[in-house]
Amino acid sequence: MSKLTVAMPKGRIFEEAVELLRKAGLDIPPEFEDSRRLIIPVDEIGIDFILAKPTDVPTYVEYGVADIGVVGKDVLLEEERDVYELLDLKISYCRLSVAGLANWQPTDSPRVATKYPKVASKYFREKGAQVEVIKLNGSIELAPMIGLADRIVDIVSTGRTLKENGLVELEEITPITSRLIANRVSYRMKSEAIDYVVEKFASVIPS
Amino acid sequence: MTKPLGFEKPLGMRDYLPDLLWKQRQIEEKLHRCMLHWGYQEILTPTLEYYDTVGEASATHDSKLFKLLDRQGRTLVLRPDVTAPIARVASSLLKDEPRPLRLMYNTNVFRAQEKEAGRNAEFTQAGVELIGDSSVEADAEVIALAVACLKEAGLEEFKIAIGHVGFIEGLLEEVVPEKSGRDQLKERLHNSDYVGFRQDIAGLTISEDEKNRLRGILKLRGGADRLEDAEALTINGRARRAVRNLKELWAALQAYDVTDYVLFDLNLLSSLNYYTGILFEGYAANQGFPICGGGRYDDLFKQFGMDNPSTGFAIKMDRLIQSSDLQPTQEKKTIYIRFDQETRNLALKRAMLLRQEAIVVTGIGEPSQTFDQIIDFRGGHEDV
Repeated sequence: MSKLTVAMPKGRIFEEAVELLRKAGLDIPPEFEDSRRLIIPVDEIGIDFILAKPTDVPTYVEYGVADIGVVGKDVLLEEERDVYELLDLKISYCRLSVAGLANWQPTDSPRVATKYPKVASKYFREKGAQVEVIKLNGSIELAPMIGLADRIVDIVSTGRTLKENGLVELEEITPITSRLIANRVSYRMKSEAIDYVVEKFASVIPS
Repeated sequence: MTKPLGFEKPLGMRDYLPDLLWKQRQIEEKLHRCMLHWGYQEILTPTLEYYDTVGEASATHDSKLFKLLDRQGRTLVLRPDVTAPIARVASSLLKDEPRPLRLMYNTNVFRAQEKEAGRNAEFTQAGVELIGDSSVEADAEVIALAVACLKEAGLEEFKIAIGHVGFIEGLLEEVVPEKSGRDQLKERLHNSDYVGFRQDIAGLTISEDEKNRLRGILKLRGGADRLEDAEALTINGRARRAVRNLKELWAALQAYDVTDYVLFDLNLLSSLNYYTGILFEGYAANQGFPICGGGRYDDLFKQFGMDNPSTGFAIKMDRLIQSSDLQPTQEKKTIYIRFDQETRNLALKRAMLLRQEAIVVTGIGEPSQTFDQIIDFRGGHEDV
């Protein structure tokens, strides 16, 4: 079977995905998560893991430098890359939501701060609402607190960060889980190896 | 607006430097000869076309068209593909030519790119159109020719994935009663969103058996045995005809001896509403993007007032060159002839003679590159 290159985001998604693969019986050595390396070959299962920034995972896969990848649906929605979305891994559950200060009232010139400008613009456009979308790269919760925006669009998992900063969830846009994606060419050229990984994942995903 | 820097180019435009272009020309020549020997004649259409004719008929998305206005205010487009212009020519200037008509091209096309620099907005496509033949023999010929071209171009490891529009559409028609539901499922497949496809199926109000038939579509990828699985999913009508069509195609491809390069993928769908039957896409082992694509487009000619079932393919030259293992060769001997004022006449005459056989550069200074041979005329006598 051909060797596969798998792109994954560092951190929680990676740990949970590796946990799934272990559960499916793949022989992954226990110590390798602590590594600081960016490329981790696991010869036992014929896979090279590439550890990337989450938003870059679909890019690596689209260009084919990684055959498959694991990434949150939020990133897929925002990046709009031409990749195959093969499987819902049902890990890293969270949701994309609109949030604002607890006493939020509609304003005449609404502004929304977000790491997901495309998703946010589309959501409000489809609702017929006119909003100015401001792209931020982190600590989105700050924006309403210091008056940059009246609402934010961001990932919510437990809601604790929102609460600690005096924000409330106003609307849920969509639930989010991590997905297994594949490059268009690898999906055909390395179909056997990819199907094997898909089957392994599928065998341990709760339906 | 700021003035662009002196070395800047519009997004997606690129320069072809000698080494790369040399490789491209050699590959183009091989493709040209290959297509010629299958009986295809070369055609060239204009760079600019009317938006209302070719722009509308093209499979390229509107947002990717380069548009401009002519002096009468009509919208023009930079040719986004070659199939639509050829259909225009074949249904006007060549409308009385006997069918099937076999045409080939090798020319640049233009598609605006948004995402990142480095994606070509102008690139060369080489391809063929087989016009006025609805038989599966025509589909097989075009696929076999695509394989022959890719081999000829020095590709070692590649695959052609074949699908059929009629299968997906037919099966959806059999199982999903509402058009909106069918369109949504088709859209999911277009976007390669198999997760969404399965989610949508789960939400349909049809029996579990029928849901499983739809889910089965996603497994139809592999060799000829997948066609048996596909046939088992169909009851009758369009989807079953599509599978039969693919089986006939497989038999023909066996006769062409190209089945090692071919696999089936019945989820393969290309640009919306363009292909009408068998369609295919080619992949090289070391290239993340498809290298060629093609298929049957029986409806395109109706936009030009003719009924001409046709099929064809286009190869993306930039990707082919990247993937090709072909080493550009320079077989001709290179000679430098050095002269001075007194010997110029003699030296340049000699150069003209030698150019029939070799690559000859003349000059008064030191040669700026290495040559196989240097002939020095200075001082009135020839010094080899």
